[in-house]
Amino acid sequence: MSKYKIGIDVGSTHTDAVILDENNNFVAAAKTMTTSDITSGIINSLKLVLNKANISKDEIQAVMFGTTHIINAIVQRKGLNKVGVIRIGLPATEAVGPMVDWPKDLKSAIYGADILVKGGHEYTGEEISRFDEESVIKTLHNFINHNIETIAVASVFSVVNPEHENKVKFLAERICPNIPVVLSHEISTIGLIERENATILNATTIGVMKNTISNLKKSLNDLGLSHAKLYFAQNDGTTASSEYISKFPIFTIVAPISNSIRGAYVLTNIPNAIVADTGGTTTNIGALVNGYPREALEIDISGVRTNIRSPDVIAVGLAGGSIVSLKENDIKIGPVSVGYKLIHEGIAWGGNILTATDVALGIGYMNIDDPNCNPSLILKKYDKEILLKVYKKMIDMLEESLDRIKTRPEPETVILVGGGSAMWPKKLSVASEVIRPEYAQYANAVGAATALIGATVEKAFSYEQIDRSKAISETAKEAKERAILAGAMPTSIEIAEVEEIAMPYLPGNAVKIRVKAVGKLSL
Amino acid sequence: MGYYIKKEDVEDLVVGAAILGTGGGGDPYVGKLMVLQSLERGEKIELLDIESIEDNSFVVPVAAMGTPVVLIEKVPSGKEALYSLNLIEEFYKKKVDYISPIEAGGINSTIPLVVGAKRKIPVIDADGMGRAFPELQMVTFHIHGVSATPMAISDERGNASILSTIDNYWAEKIARAITVKFGGSAWIAIYATYGSLYKKACVKGSISLAIEIGKTIRTARQSGKNIIDALLDVTKGYYLFSGKIVDVSRFNIGGFARGEAKIEGLDDYKGSTLIIRFQNENLVAIRDNEVIATVPDLITIFDKETVKPITTERLRYGLRVIVIGIPCNEKWRNEKGLEVVGPKYFGYNVEYIPLEKRIRNFN
Repeated sequence: MSKYKIGIDVGSTHTDAVILDENNNFVAAAKTMTTSDITSGIINSLKLVLNKANISKDEIQAVMFGTTHIINAIVQRKGLNKVGVIRIGLPATEAVGPMVDWPKDLKSAIYGADILVKGGHEYTGEEISRFDEESVIKTLHNFINHNIETIAVASVFSVVNPEHENKVKFLAERICPNIPVVLSHEISTIGLIERENATILNATTIGVMKNTISNLKKSLNDLGLSHAKLYFAQNDGTTASSEYISKFPIFTIVAPISNSIRGAYVLTNIPNAIVADTGGTTTNIGALVNGYPREALEIDISGVRTNIRSPDVIAVGLAGGSIVSLKENDIKIGPVSVGYKLIHEGIAWGGNILTATDVALGIGYMNIDDPNCNPSLILKKYDKEILLKVYKKMIDMLEESLDRIKTRPEPETVILVGGGSAMWPKKLSVASEVIRPEYAQYANAVGAATALIGATVEKAFSYEQIDRSKAISETAKEAKERAILAGAMPTSIEIAEVEEIAMPYLPGNAVKIRVKAVGKLSL
Repeated sequence: MGYYIKKEDVEDLVVGAAILGTGGGGDPYVGKLMVLQSLERGEKIELLDIESIEDNSFVVPVAAMGTPVVLIEKVPSGKEALYSLNLIEEFYKKKVDYISPIEAGGINSTIPLVVGAKRKIPVIDADGMGRAFPELQMVTFHIHGVSATPMAISDERGNASILSTIDNYWAEKIARAITVKFGGSAWIAIYATYGSLYKKACVKGSISLAIEIGKTIRTARQSGKNIIDALLDVTKGYYLFSGKIVDVSRFNIGGFARGEAKIEGLDDYKGSTLIIRFQNENLVAIRDNEVIATVPDLITIFDKETVKPITTERLRYGLRVIVIGIPCNEKWRNEKGLEVVGPKYFGYNVEYIPLEKRIRNFN
């Protein structure tokens, strides 16, 4: 009996679905419009792809989502939980309280209470001061009285020693067992304020994630897919079970961007390359390193500075629907776009707005298989010489952006994916080769469908206190345990990445060790 | 009466401090949040011109020392430096009249403001560098004969100590060792002196300059003017180069993390190459094998797209950058000053020639 997986990607304009078999061969694909509630768009896409594929629903084992539910909830300040923040670190850290530089409306939408208590550690793992258990117990009782819905806990240097954060969780399980507790050392890395911010954002979106999961489960039931397991794509290009993600919704926040980079790898089998994902409004450019997206140091989420693991991408307002304006000798392309209205407003469709797609159509660089699309309309309105000039400028803009993501001067392989990517040429100056794989327009959904279960753990050590090999194996052990929690088959787990980052100007050989463990879905 | 720092000054100050930090000095993000929270609590920060400092007043510079990575994790309490100030007062049996920054670049431009607000002591609009440097003796106070010690050093718990050393280099060495025991960051009250000597020894106006730089950039950005031109105008700086970083190498020499960035010219600089050598801060700029700027003059690298300064740890291949040079304070431009912070102290076998003169020779 063959086993199938469905991958779903929610983009700003389209929701895509693909069905792949167990060897990742294409079975069917569908594109529908994204809806404002997201979930109904997903259902439309699911229905369509199931209709196209000639398979029995019983053979579908897993449905894997790359979704924007969480980022949308934060941006719209909708359905967010009221958070109680416990920071452990006194007498240190008092000069900058929790959430001081948050956007006011976001803070007021989620703020419940905050308290700073004694405790926390030094970079060596020694205590700053003794853990103030009494204050924490009192605070937890207070939180119940103040109707706090979720709790975020951040302790100084918990990435070196998580003991005090774990103590809060232990106490909360006894005092307020129904309030979810999020510990910062499970969320991100060194940088207290950024890590605390990410922890608070995770805590405030737990309810949204739970609702999302239960709505999607209900929809799968209605579609006769109740037996299929539910997975969510994570920011680092891996995936995790819905049970795991219900505790860590923040890990899905930019997953669709990672999915396209990961999908480019799956479609081409090229592990190291630059990937450009061109949609209707923006082109996201990132780097593939050993089959995974290269990660950035920090990411701003709706005005909040955080340090969660996220793909290092630059977004350029240059894509299929980008509006081209010509004023004498001045050519302007994007960032404004007609988006999904391209098929009404674009010149080739009888509209009045010159878009980047029209330019590529007009000079004969691309064809679109759509009876309503008539490229000859373009040359009736515009001189080909001018269109060639515009096209050259588009390529210059793309090439410069590609070059900014590169890490070395040698030309690299460039993989083009996304619905708007057909407009690009087969050669680019910064590229040793340009590849636009089959199914390029479904790279995101493919990335979601083929992702491995993964977990990344980052810890800090001082090699004066612990042997190097022991530090690495300790981190690897934790990463494997988390991968199992995320839904990986224990016997299939491999260490995908070990990174050792020296922390400058600290004595005693202080380092951060980051380990990524990946494994197959335990179906 | 001096000038009271406002919220928008803080945003401007950290932008200016990052530029005067010449690639080092630590990320001023935490420092900025500290000052903003202090203002939000209703605390007042008074900035005083050095002209209003009495000759017999007791002036004490304060600063944080240690590792930036510790400061972003073990965020300060804001009270650490008070333990040092208290100890200094006890030791000298004298009330501190004014505090002062020791450096204008990076996070230490903001620390004294928080301390001044907490202790209700005015902060002098001056510092001991006019930029950022990595060691305690690299201050104009040192070359004017002010003794670093007796100094006080403290942590957030309230541990504090008075140090008395035979010279200012020993103060650096011992304070550095204590900083490690404190957990990687420490707070110092150092180079305590009288107003008369302080006025001779300091770099004046450096905090207001940092604010002015930030404000110039902000208003240029808002009005769509050329930001770099406005910046060069306010700093009396020079446009050194524009291009793309094609290589960044980092290596370890004598226990110092050093590095080099190679920038290939673009536009007017096409065909030309600029090399920047750094150690925490940018130290030497070499264009096509000719040195065009060296420490103690300031060399700052900007991201061409955002026109924001880039710290040395963030330099990487592919960035489009603009490099500018700013003449350092005159107090560094003599034999004594160059002995402490000249290119030779940092291990580069280059004579110091003032930036203005190098530019003139080059053109």
